[in-house]
Amino acid sequence: MKKFALAGNPNCGKTTLFNNLTGSTAHVGNWPGVTVDKREGVYKKCAELVSIVDLPGIYSLSPYTPEEVIARNYISDDKPDCVINIVDATNLERNLYLTTQVLEMDVPMVIALNMMDAVEKNGDKIDARELEKRLGVPVVKISALRSQGLSELMDKAYNESKKQRFGITVLEESNIAHLIADVKTALTGEDVSNPLFHAVKLVEGDEIEVDMHKEVLGVVEAFKKTFKDDIFGTDFEALIADARYKYISEHFAPVFERKTKEKFKMTKSDKADRVLTHKIWGIPIFILILFAIFHLTFSEDFLFLGSIFGLPSLVDLGMADPITEEPLTYGAKWLSVVYNGGVMSPGVMINNLWNDIMVGELFGWIQGLVEQSNMSDWAVGLINNGIIDGVGSVLSFLPPILVLFLFFSILEDSGYMARIAFILDRMFRRFGLSGRAFMPMIMGFGCSVPAMINTRTLADEKERTATVRVIPFFSCGAKLPILTAIAGAMVVAFGAGNADLITFAMYILGIVVAILSVLFMRSTTLKGETPPFIMELPAYHAPQFKNLMLHLWDKTKHFIKKAFTVILASTIVIWLLTHFSFSWKLLEDEQVNESIIANIATLLQPLFTPLGFGSQLGEYGWVFVVAAIAGLIAKENVIGTFATLAVCLSAVGGLDFGSLVLDAADGVDAVRAMITATGITGPALIAFIAFNMTTIPCFAAVGTAKGELQNKKRFNFTLLFWLVSSYIVGAAVYTIGSWWWTCFIWIAVLAGIVTFVVLRNKKLAKKEALL
Amino acid sequence: MEKTLDLFTVGESGIVKSVAGEGKIKRRLFDMGITNGAEILLRKKAPLGDPLEVTVRGYELTLRKTEAACVNMNVQAETATVAKENGK
Repeated sequence: MKKFALAGNPNCGKTTLFNNLTGSTAHVGNWPGVTVDKREGVYKKCAELVSIVDLPGIYSLSPYTPEEVIARNYISDDKPDCVINIVDATNLERNLYLTTQVLEMDVPMVIALNMMDAVEKNGDKIDARELEKRLGVPVVKISALRSQGLSELMDKAYNESKKQRFGITVLEESNIAHLIADVKTALTGEDVSNPLFHAVKLVEGDEIEVDMHKEVLGVVEAFKKTFKDDIFGTDFEALIADARYKYISEHFAPVFERKTKEKFKMTKSDKADRVLTHKIWGIPIFILILFAIFHLTFSEDFLFLGSIFGLPSLVDLGMADPITEEPLTYGAKWLSVVYNGGVMSPGVMINNLWNDIMVGELFGWIQGLVEQSNMSDWAVGLINNGIIDGVGSVLSFLPPILVLFLFFSILEDSGYMARIAFILDRMFRRFGLSGRAFMPMIMGFGCSVPAMINTRTLADEKERTATVRVIPFFSCGAKLPILTAIAGAMVVAFGAGNADLITFAMYILGIVVAILSVLFMRSTTLKGETPPFIMELPAYHAPQFKNLMLHLWDKTKHFIKKAFTVILASTIVIWLLTHFSFSWKLLEDEQVNESIIANIATLLQPLFTPLGFGSQLGEYGWVFVVAAIAGLIAKENVIGTFATLAVCLSAVGGLDFGSLVLDAADGVDAVRAMITATGITGPALIAFIAFNMTTIPCFAAVGTAKGELQNKKRFNFTLLFWLVSSYIVGAAVYTIGSWWWTCFIWIAVLAGIVTFVVLRNKKLAKKEALL
Repeated sequence: MEKTLDLFTVGESGIVKSVAGEGKIKRRLFDMGITNGAEILLRKKAPLGDPLEVTVRGYELTLRKTEAACVNMNVQAETATVAKENGK
């Protein structure tokens, strides 16, 4: 099988091309650095099968960022049969800079001039034949988005892959051409592959190269002593970069014929930017957009119509039971999907439709069938209360996760995400990070795993470590059920507050904890200079419907797969552990306190006393411990566990559940059952959310962190960091929530730590200055 | 007139004369097309005055003032379009 590699600048459409060629659904976005690792797919329409490798986007083959090194090593060491260099035709000069470097390798190569549709729409022209002549490799005009020119591209690439190509360089005309030739000859003598490429890098003084070819270094050093350039002196890196760009503007750029002669034209994108990154309005607009997203997803009072006009609830209208608030008629049930004292936001409507009408009915029906069958009692229990209630309560959160994810995808696809980095960089710098760190962090709201992988776009090792550690604090999609279920239950149980406000506040708490932790780490264990921020701002474009749907489908598939594998397995295990005692005796629901899990969790329970869900909760308090531990496997398990336990607890005599009906797989009801059984207070519940949000994330995220940190000690320290920070945050939330005056103690402690760190750093700085 | 890029006002443009700075940053500036002779227009400043947004080689780039301070420029007259906008 042939192997073709896709190489090109970030955000030039490589992944779109990759998806189109291979039929995959890899994640595409409109900001530089979406792909950070290589991935493979198969193209089937050539004479033989072709494996396509999508390399991370790079501007250059320099050794400074991990993704550049990945791409460079792949092309030089893995020897693909052909490199397809994707060039963004709207940004020819800078894209061809990378091309001039790839040209130096001994590998067959084809140029794909992408985004030709955009060029033609502007009325500009590119003479592809002329460019082909000047570059000496085939050039094919394509539009990856509209799938134009793809088969021609692949045919050309296939033809090229049968030939051999030797590297050529545009540095031929420069005053170091003969030095490069000499080094190349020396390297060829050493039997190095890609001698021209390595020769140029060696002359540049490239860190990786200098280590690799020490024996040839003498040639360069000797030359450098005799050489003096009028402008650059002996800065060969500058000289070579300059020579490349000069060659490009003289020989390649003229093939681009611009319609307007104005050098700096106002585009639509610039006009949008005048508002979105406005000096004064930029930040308020950003906050408004974030708020709007949460409002559209979670609010049960859309545009606050209900509060403003004092609209009556279904109970007021006599259409719902005044105590249980259950709709009385089927018609009322449908009405409750869109209205109950306020118009539901689109997100809540979809959620209600899914939970009350579709899943609720379906699962109820299945449970009914199981009950009527003649299976033994324990099997009915396992299926109905273990599996269906557990998995169901998790599935019930699919709608808000998808709606929230859709909005973030729109932000990302449109190009606004990159502007957010631009707006926030100044703030991020105070915390010792660059605006780029914002991207992986906001991705964390979706899922920590891709977010942690994305930190590879950060060149600075310490910035990367700090970012990986705080990513779980940006509450991911799987933690959303914990937030909404508990917030919803609190509103019902304590009759106070507002569910979307509590949810929003918890998200903010996560961000605040992240900021504080970064500040702390950057001034203690991860000290270092603020990393640079030099980033391309891609042009805005309307999000592609197909692309958005691909993102959503991918997310749905992932979520459902997880629900029926990891989460299904965990619910079964938890059900078994709650229904067996240490002597392997099958227990009735009401004997849950004798179960294995209750015994273990009761031992751990006192540990959580400072957080409000420990010893003070009495005999059923262990449920929160179990849920938190189950959350280490997957965060969805927290509510899934509550659902399974709720059924057991409802069987226990002496607990009065009042109007609560526990037959539907509903996370909110499950939490209400926990509140009734344990008498947990509001502050303790918030502390429980905070603890779960900031503690060790799920298995998958921990595994990713381990891979990304690449250092055992740093990883172990990260685990400890998560444990300690969640414990502190939980304790702070609980104590301040229960006794407001304790905030003074916390502030005093915080102030003490800050003073200590500042003084210590001053002392260290002084010591350094003395040395 | 000569000055570094961080001292430019919005709408001002110029030609790169030389690039200073520590290895990694300098290399990144080169790779992004900020080399001798490149024309740069300061498009705007972020809401908090930093970072800057510039147009270079036909695309938009953002960089901080500290990095822009590494770029020595020969100042040109304000370009017509942007000057007109600022006038509004």
